[in-house]
Amino acid sequence: MMENKFNFKEIQERPERLAPGHRMCAGCGGTIAVRNVLKAIHPGDKAVVGNATGCLEVSSFTYPYNSYEDSYIHSAFENAGATLAGAETAYKALQKRGKIKENYKFITFGGDGGTYDIGLQSLSGAMERGHDMVYVCYDNGAYMNTGIQRSSATPMYADTTTTPAGTQSNGKPQVRKDLVAVMAAHNIPYTAQTTFIGNLKDLYVKSEKAIYTEGPAFLNIMAPCPRGWRFEAADMAEICKLAVETCYWPLFEVENGKWIINYEPKNKLPIEDFLKKQGRFKHLFKKGNEDLIVQFQEEVDRRWEELKVKANA
Amino acid sequence: MLEDKFKTENIDETVKWQDLTPGLQIYENGSSKLFNTGEWRVNTPVIDFEKCKQCLLCVPYCPDSSIPVKDGKRLDFDYDHCKGCGICVGVCPFHAITMKEGK
Amino acid sequence: MAIKERMSGNEAVAYAIKQINPDVMPAFPITPSTELPQFVSNYIANGEIDTEFIPVESEHSSMSAAIGASAAGARTLTATSSCGLAYMWEVLYVAASDRLPIALALVNRGLTGPLNINCEHSDSMGARDSGWIQIYAENNQEAYDNFVMAYRIAEHKDVMLPIMACMDGFITSHAVENITLLEDDLVKNFVGEYKPEHYLLNKDEVMAIGPYAVSNYCMEAKRAQAQAMMNAKQVILDVAKEFEEMSGRKYGLFEEYRLEDADYAVVAIGSACGTAKDAIDKLREKGVKAGLLKVRVFRPFPGKEMADALANCKAIAIMDRCESYSANGGPLSAELGAALFKNKNQAEVLNIVYGLSGRDMTVEDFEKIYEDLADVAVNGVKEEGYRYVGVRE
Repeated sequence: MMENKFNFKEIQERPERLAPGHRMCAGCGGTIAVRNVLKAIHPGDKAVVGNATGCLEVSSFTYPYNSYEDSYIHSAFENAGATLAGAETAYKALQKRGKIKENYKFITFGGDGGTYDIGLQSLSGAMERGHDMVYVCYDNGAYMNTGIQRSSATPMYADTTTTPAGTQSNGKPQVRKDLVAVMAAHNIPYTAQTTFIGNLKDLYVKSEKAIYTEGPAFLNIMAPCPRGWRFEAADMAEICKLAVETCYWPLFEVENGKWIINYEPKNKLPIEDFLKKQGRFKHLFKKGNEDLIVQFQEEVDRRWEELKVKANA
Repeated sequence: MLEDKFKTENIDETVKWQDLTPGLQIYENGSSKLFNTGEWRVNTPVIDFEKCKQCLLCVPYCPDSSIPVKDGKRLDFDYDHCKGCGICVGVCPFHAITMKEGK
Repeated sequence: MAIKERMSGNEAVAYAIKQINPDVMPAFPITPSTELPQFVSNYIANGEIDTEFIPVESEHSSMSAAIGASAAGARTLTATSSCGLAYMWEVLYVAASDRLPIALALVNRGLTGPLNINCEHSDSMGARDSGWIQIYAENNQEAYDNFVMAYRIAEHKDVMLPIMACMDGFITSHAVENITLLEDDLVKNFVGEYKPEHYLLNKDEVMAIGPYAVSNYCMEAKRAQAQAMMNAKQVILDVAKEFEEMSGRKYGLFEEYRLEDADYAVVAIGSACGTAKDAIDKLREKGVKAGLLKVRVFRPFPGKEMADALANCKAIAIMDRCESYSANGGPLSAELGAALFKNKNQAEVLNIVYGLSGRDMTVEDFEKIYEDLADVAVNGVKEEGYRYVGVRE
């Protein structure tokens, strides 16, 4: 794999691969993820971008407006993995027959609904078969396109439109699915989790690794949805920072079976700091619900400790 | 060469079925630039280049690719597309960006 | 020199695939089409072809990968049956609306339930409105020939639609029959090279495919797609003519068997037509003017052409190997019935459902149908709705 030095200024100056004029909401985290992943394609390389149905698809290829500088394909909600696997295989076939000489990269995007839930089988198949492609989940923890319904990526106790907090409900009863572990269990060369931190070096480096590692790679990017999480868009960077500093969203990667934690907070912040910024957790701060936050903290701690064990093993 | 009728700028709601692209495919890159999302703006970010240290931290955080960079320096906002989300205000370490009310 | 062989329907279609050597084939095993990906995998394993095979984890992914591969510029095919086609349902429509000339070898088998692996047309008939061209084979020879013609039709610039080449499960797919194959070079030249105009991996032009389109554009897109299906009719005939020049074997939208002067006609699809021909030959010896219209192309539906061909019949039995649970007969009955009415045909019409889940259809069954046709021609059709043949009652 070609590993270039992280040159922040040079990267910012690269031509955009996601054009403006798309109709994602103002302040959309998903778009930040897509833009920056695509920036990690080396200038000069070509790409085919795939997409599961969702916010991104309906907003970035709204006929006749196309936001992609590279070729783009969307076919349905649950098949982003298989669809791009087909395109990647066509590349192999046409290359073999001498019909294509250029260097193409294959990257597909799905939300957590299209990735953790309905598209899991198609994703699993594509990864297991070893296609040279990257699957990127922009994880905003619910079905945002249809109006904030819970997914298996929704955190425990989040108030969504299908797990509303009410007199008999504290929001979503179940904990989040650990999809990155599921993907790592496919024994693919590269799996990583990241979000928007600092100058986005972590996201860039992982994207570049994923794109330029031969074989399948999976990236899970926390991409906050201001509308669904109910926070001011201007707090985007702050929310992401708190997710990492509380260890709700650890930055880590699994490279050829080796688990690596990329950042360990010196002072792990209490989960309240992350939760209280978001309207979807407002009910947890009502009097009498203190134990819910304790349980949330226990779940965060359990996963963090588990991750540390994997990383030290 | 792409036929003129298949260019995004020539496709609108008056075009007959015979003249739309087959399968509604598009053969033009980045043609959404023609769509002016700047009109959505309720509040508008304003940069004070006196305070700006050209750290470019705001650039990757912009969801609308609306902070152009040239010769290592950020330029003024692309107001044709900036939706006024204010994320850049939150990430600027030098408080060089402020939101002003309205477009 | 034509090659005389003996092979099953699946072998015959696999042989055509080998001669075409397509770029990409995603497929998932399902009875009775499983042999197709097996044969192709063996050809690849032995270096006879260099198609890229994708052993997908489901039929939904099979069609999805086919969409990705075809959009990327590869000549693509897949094969399936029954529930496999049902699982592809959603993306069948996507393939057609994306205007991708994918070929699908469909080995017809009934949809569950109850779970059954035998021949029925409920799978392809359920997908009849998905925007795919549908061509049916009576026997192994036709299954082979249809597949050789498939890409020429699908990839034609006036069409650009996916195509389903159908044959009857087990009856055709697994039964070994005599067959005449074409030389490799002939097939290769006939099918030609695939040169898409727009595709994802075109170095000179990007392509974005599969948009979100608002109501202001969707209806126009569908109208254009409908035109492609209308155009397919002439293209199918043109390709058949060229095929005839090469092979000596003649194909149309449908086959007329002793139909010209027939008083009584059966209209059917697939392998049962061979049985019907035997019955007709027997009846003709007795002086009964029996005939057959064998539907080859179901999509696009040649309604007017078939109604014209049936214009002089006194009574017609329209046979569906498929229950559509409309309480009114099967899909062929519904569509051909409408075409006969529109064409002002005067024949009495019996709507018949037969052969479900592999139930045999015998020469005697057909003889009885012709007897019934003679009866209704004189006395009229008494029943409302439709009747079953071959069921215990």
